[in-house]
Amino acid sequence: MKNFSINHRTRSGYSVIDLHGELDAHTASQLEDALKDLINQKKCNIIVNCAELEYIASAGLGVFMAYIEDVRADGGDIKLTNMSDKVYNVFDLLGFPALYDILKDESDAIDNFNS
Amino acid sequence: MNSITTYQINISASTHNLSEVRDFITGHAESCGFEGEQIADIRLAVDEAVTNIIKHAYQNDTSKEIDITLKISDSQLCILLIDTGKTFEFKTYEPPDIKKQIEQKKRGGMGVYLIQSLMDSVSYTRKGQKNRMKMCKNRA
Repeated sequence: MKNFSINHRTRSGYSVIDLHGELDAHTASQLEDALKDLINQKKCNIIVNCAELEYIASAGLGVFMAYIEDVRADGGDIKLTNMSDKVYNVFDLLGFPALYDILKDESDAIDNFNS
Repeated sequence: MNSITTYQINISASTHNLSEVRDFITGHAESCGFEGEQIADIRLAVDEAVTNIIKHAYQNDTSKEIDITLKISDSQLCILLIDTGKTFEFKTYEPPDIKKQIEQKKRGGMGVYLIQSLMDSVSYTRKGQKNRMKMCKNRA
């Protein structure tokens, strides 16, 4: 089985989740747990860095759909950054760019949060 | 002459096996001359289809099995997935309304749309106790 892992860190006061590997219906629960943890801690300004994300299936997108309202209700947001074209194409096919901020890198996400 | 090469695997119905299925598809598609974006499309479509079978046809019963047959010819690559679970709805041609689904806290419905968007032809039929999903991608 291919590895999927999540790293959590803080940058400029924002929570950053780094995704590594392949996000599918099997590994999506790990992302779900990570997001739930942050929301429970009221850390709702979240940047998800996809630089090392090699693959995403709709189950992965479903996790972002499940928590975005909770995060926004608490005045935060989930901003996605550093996507490869291959990963972006899946988000794009399903119309996510109209509903989520998908940005070039973490600095853009931080600027976007601050604006 | 049009030659057809056939490969087969059988997996238990667990999401744990999705990466094995993706590797199976990617490896054979690559060795038969398919490239980058086409392989990415096929890999995602098959992943979504197998995920749907595991979750909806078998409702995560890992004692059940899925037969996967890959046929590659000079003109196209076809995948046949056979399961003995419940038949599930397979007719969504419209893109899912993600905004509405978020509001209603619903997930799902995305897989079928992706499969239909990414592949050139898709059919889903039931014969006897078996569901057969066939999807094909033409060579670029």
